Amino acid sequence: MTITQSLFYFLAFVAIFSSLLVVTAKNPIHSVLYLILTFFTLTGEYILLNAQFIGIVNIIVYAGAIMVLFLFVIMLLNLNVESEPQKTNLMKFIGIITGGIGLVVLTAALKSTDPSNTVVIQEVDMGLVKNLGQVLFKEFLLPFEIVSILFLSAMVGAVLLARKETK
Amino acid sequence: MENITNAITLVPLNHYILLSSIIFFIGIIGVLTRRNAIIVFMSIELMLNAVNLLLTAFSAYRGDAAGQVFVFFIMAVAAAEVAVGLAIIVMIYRNNNSIDIDLLNKLKN
Amino acid sequence: MSETLNYWLVIVGILFVLLNIAAFLIWVERRMLALWQDRLGPNRAGPFGLLIILADTLKLFFKEDWIPPFADRHVFVIAPAVIVISVLLSFAIIPFAPAIQIVDLNIGLLFFLGMSSLGVYSIVLGGWASNNKYSLLGALRGASQMISYEVFMGLSLMGVVMLSGSFSLRTIVEAQKDYWFVLLQPVGFVIFFIAGIAETHRLPFDIPEAESELVAGFHSEYSGMKFGMFFIGEYLGITLISSITVALFFGGWLGPAFLPPLAWFAIKTAGFILFFILLRASLPRPRYDQLMEYGWKILLPLTLLNLLVTGGIILFLNQP
Repeated sequence: MTITQSLFYFLAFVAIFSSLLVVTAKNPIHSVLYLILTFFTLTGEYILLNAQFIGIVNIIVYAGAIMVLFLFVIMLLNLNVESEPQKTNLMKFIGIITGGIGLVVLTAALKSTDPSNTVVIQEVDMGLVKNLGQVLFKEFLLPFEIVSILFLSAMVGAVLLARKETK
Repeated sequence: MENITNAITLVPLNHYILLSSIIFFIGIIGVLTRRNAIIVFMSIELMLNAVNLLLTAFSAYRGDAAGQVFVFFIMAVAAAEVAVGLAIIVMIYRNNNSIDIDLLNKLKN
Repeated sequence: MSETLNYWLVIVGILFVLLNIAAFLIWVERRMLALWQDRLGPNRAGPFGLLIILADTLKLFFKEDWIPPFADRHVFVIAPAVIVISVLLSFAIIPFAPAIQIVDLNIGLLFFLGMSSLGVYSIVLGGWASNNKYSLLGALRGASQMISYEVFMGLSLMGVVMLSGSFSLRTIVEAQKDYWFVLLQPVGFVIFFIAGIAETHRLPFDIPEAESELVAGFHSEYSGMKFGMFFIGEYLGITLISSITVALFFGGWLGPAFLPPLAWFAIKTAGFILFFILLRASLPRPRYDQLMEYGWKILLPLTLLNLLVTGGIILFLNQP
């Protein structure tokens, strides 16, 4: 096993473990922390694929901004273990069975395909900022501009929704 | 320090698919089994991230940068979605004094 | 083999020097504050009161390390470590001299932004885990302050990136051979520095702590070495912002040849650290809503305008 291989399996194990904890943790704040850990392992996987830009953007956007917002809202609403609503055990059981069956079906479908090749990075420079910028601002210019409009409308929407109505 | 890893990672593509489908279904189980709206929301983020990983792996496998650009777009849309979604959750809390999604069946009447 | 050894020496050396600087700044800050406020400052232990560093460190180490019974133990312990780790990781990309840099990432500047955005967790988690209403208020203030100022911090640096055409700090420093970027990007520099003060939550923007209204805010419940970590993290943060400012706007290690490059870098950085302390000595703290209003209504439009003008001029000059 090479170093990259063992790193991949280690990160994959941590990712699965911590995402399980996200779903099972009783305390919402602990869920957030495990989710941040999951994002870090995924960043590790991106870096193993030499997608440096995506890796660092994952940290800046998800770990640095989105999860802080989650923490902020959880703290603002003062949620804790006592106020945590629980589903009945039957509902939980049905949920797990449903999800598990889906996973089994997908894995079985994957098994029936031919054994795949290993991931050989075709163009090593592809994930670097320069290259992605070229693609983003040439081929995907219109979607990029539309995303900026989406952001503007999301911002207006969020402010409008969260504002206290003055009567 | 242009390239952190060597060109060959020697991990089969199937293992990437398996990893992201496991994470994706953990997200689905989270949506199905939890009642706290914020945790449901976090499970959705988990599912989006599983897809991101898969897109990046495919993009490296095929040598096509479009996949990574799509990951970028997914992250942008996720950020917008979180902003609006959390605003909605705060509103729900203000009206119901709880973020239990099972209490949100009032739209029926 | 000797290359690997050299690499490790650089890492260990930088770590050693940084931690010592952080400790030394305890003394520097008190002496300088005293000087600017017409007081004496620490002057009893050792020459010029230098031994106060030792005394302070010993006090921090031997104080009872108390975790309040109402706190969330694990999160309470993680929080102070986060700030020190994230700040120390940021130092990996700083070019101290042509040969002294741990790693020259081609996403260097983005790496710095990512790490500095992680620093907010230590405030938020520390404040929440203390389970104390003052701490929680401090944490909420800290979260909104740092998230808001991160936005301008990132945007104000993009002018420099446009001028040098790279995210790598080494390339940015080398691009300043003819003139420093502070001449081309004065607005970007001022906004970055203000955002930097807010990110390190130093006075006048120390609203998450605000000892006079929040009883030290997010770290009220901390004692012993856990408090020491927040303390060290703050001084490391000042050093980080100063050295990034020097590398991006003031030509990094570049300077006349009669001093070695490392000395130029150290002198410029020391100047900015002193400026941080001067700000603490002279400015009052704004109100919380004033701070947010100032950020979103003044700094954000200014940053966007700065970007627009910079981009326009670069496009105009590069016309074929």
